[in-house]
Amino acid sequence: MDSRLRGQDVPVEHDSNEPWAQGGESSLTPAQLNLTRLFEQDQQRQQKNMPAKAAEQAPDGTAKGKPRLLLMGQRRSGKSSISSVVFHKLPPSETLFLESTARIQKDELPSFMDFQVWDFPGQIDIFENPTFDIDAMFGEIGALIWVIDAQDDYLEAVARLNVTILNLQRTYPNIKIEVFIHKVDGLSDDYKLDIQRDITIRIQDELSDNGFENAPVTFHLTSIYNHSIFEAFSKVIQKLIPRLGILEAMLTNLCRTCRFEKAYLFDVTSKIYIATDSAPADMTSYEICSDYIDVIIDVTEVYGSWPRSEKHREGLEGSPWNQKLEDQVASNWAESCMVLSDGNKPIILREVNKYLALVAIMKEDSYDKMPLVNINVEVVVQGLEEFFDITKPK
Amino acid sequence: MPPDVRNEVKKPKKKKVLLMGKSGSGKSSMRSIIFSATIDIDLSHVKFLGNLTLNLWDCGGQEAFTENYLTQQRVHVFSNVGVLIYVFDIESRDVERDMATYVSIISAMVQYSPTAKVYVLIHKMDLITMHAREAVFVDRVRLVQQKTAEFTQASGFNSELDLIPFATSIWDQSLYKAWASIIHDLVPNLSVIESQLGSLGTIIEAEEILLFERTSFLVVSSWTSEEGLGNPTGDRQERMSNILKHFKQSISRFTGTPRNAEQFILMEHKAGPRFSMFVCKFTTNTYLMVVLPPGEARFNSARFNCQIARESFKFLDGPTPGQGQSGRA
Repeated sequence: MDSRLRGQDVPVEHDSNEPWAQGGESSLTPAQLNLTRLFEQDQQRQQKNMPAKAAEQAPDGTAKGKPRLLLMGQRRSGKSSISSVVFHKLPPSETLFLESTARIQKDELPSFMDFQVWDFPGQIDIFENPTFDIDAMFGEIGALIWVIDAQDDYLEAVARLNVTILNLQRTYPNIKIEVFIHKVDGLSDDYKLDIQRDITIRIQDELSDNGFENAPVTFHLTSIYNHSIFEAFSKVIQKLIPRLGILEAMLTNLCRTCRFEKAYLFDVTSKIYIATDSAPADMTSYEICSDYIDVIIDVTEVYGSWPRSEKHREGLEGSPWNQKLEDQVASNWAESCMVLSDGNKPIILREVNKYLALVAIMKEDSYDKMPLVNINVEVVVQGLEEFFDITKPK
Repeated sequence: MPPDVRNEVKKPKKKKVLLMGKSGSGKSSMRSIIFSATIDIDLSHVKFLGNLTLNLWDCGGQEAFTENYLTQQRVHVFSNVGVLIYVFDIESRDVERDMATYVSIISAMVQYSPTAKVYVLIHKMDLITMHAREAVFVDRVRLVQQKTAEFTQASGFNSELDLIPFATSIWDQSLYKAWASIIHDLVPNLSVIESQLGSLGTIIEAEEILLFERTSFLVVSSWTSEEGLGNPTGDRQERMSNILKHFKQSISRFTGTPRNAEQFILMEHKAGPRFSMFVCKFTTNTYLMVVLPPGEARFNSARFNCQIARESFKFLDGPTPGQGQSGRA
């Protein structure tokens, strides 16, 4: 697939001439070994928790080892709108025209972890209906996202959710339940919190009545008209990343070394962030970083997606440069930077791999330090590559 | 450069730009998007590129007003008009009536400013389904042209009235295309700007150079290399305007500074071995966007050269009192 930040892929040799790729297994650093060990421990523990079944699952072969997201909720609660806006870049205003979903829609996404969004039609009751293979459906999911329309009467939705949670808790206690209290745009802040409190109490009461004290249920206030839906997805997805702490520590370290205010690791397709540093995250810094990715994607679409002529290339590689174009560039990955007028604050973007990009907000007046920062970022990007190499599902 | 050309710049040009159309057709929202000011601010004088003040007359579309323009204020409103921008709402329910109003406006304009250019914007095109847009637009333009022709024949107006039609929507780049074209005709010394951009582009091996006005991000002038002409994206200029303008607003949300304040100084993007580009503050009133072939050294030297070139483009900012004097001394 083509990179969206760089334009079409030009064949790039990624062999052993890069220092960090040398050696292979034999020369793992202590940090790498440690991560490998921790990750394997995790895997084993998980297999113990998910008795017997875990091994033989992978209902359709494609889902093997990949975290799956399940999107459920009452009809017209906004599930299809959510998946269209987040994963297919549909402008929120266009979601009004989406048809009601009539059957289960499975979505394979070209994203770094192959999230799967199963869009369930709201009117189907899966637990009542014997034709559904519950096991095939829930066997491998990482998180169940339940969408509740906050602008509607939600009592029935909450009741259905309770039934679902109780059913799932018995068989699949590891599934994380994420409740999106949706369509909260236009509601006042007080009212939003009231609704959230009300729903939380209703669900927790029901659960504790049935003897589940600490069920993994989390609540998010969302709307497709602002970044809150992306923020909520980011939190959900972060829970599915094995050893997230190490990723976060890497970013925190980078922020400290380079004096960044904030750093995000983005999934470029969905603009969900999969990790950030330990500084408190605020919506505005997330928004600016995600909008910046959009700008770069848009510009690249215009200027990076058409082939230049061979003759032109020869001219560029000739005198006075006398070098192949590939050797004239400093990096084969997309690198971008901008400087705000407000305090001369730079924001940088660096492509990590086909799916991920690192975006960071820097300190005031630090544009002059860019060369140094670039070197540090380069090192962290290599570290990230190693991280994903070790933790990728086998 | 011939000195008389520069002197001509010093004279501020007062051209009246009339923005008209029925009430609710979207004139004011259009204006506020392009010139990023809040709706309530009176925008009769829009500063554009320092020396060019757009005398923008946003004429309220309510019928009572229109009546008034055509009678008591007829001379006042329609004399000395450089450009008339007439906005049609594509969703209008009473097309016949729209046309009647339009014809009476045109007749007044022809009477007092026969040389004015007329732009016809068919607005709110986003409300038409994608595949029908082209047909609906062509259809409506034909109607407008027909009405105009009927009028010119009946009134015995001897020269052809040249209409320049655009399909616009505030939700995509089409608005920038229309306005860039309107602005293009008003900018003085365009040929000088173009030839200078050309020499700059050749020196730095650029593929494309776009010169934006600072607040509106409308493309004032551009230059494209022979190779760059191969770019299949035809509407890239207005797309860039739209992208950068949007991003400017994102930044203003982030920094909490006003929407029409300056938001960024520099943006650079190196897309590996595909291309590089940068957008930088250029003169006081402009931004420069440069698209380059890949290459670190090429990129850095282009940045320096553009900084040096700034001096030769100073005339874009026009004379501000005092500054012009000290420059000469």
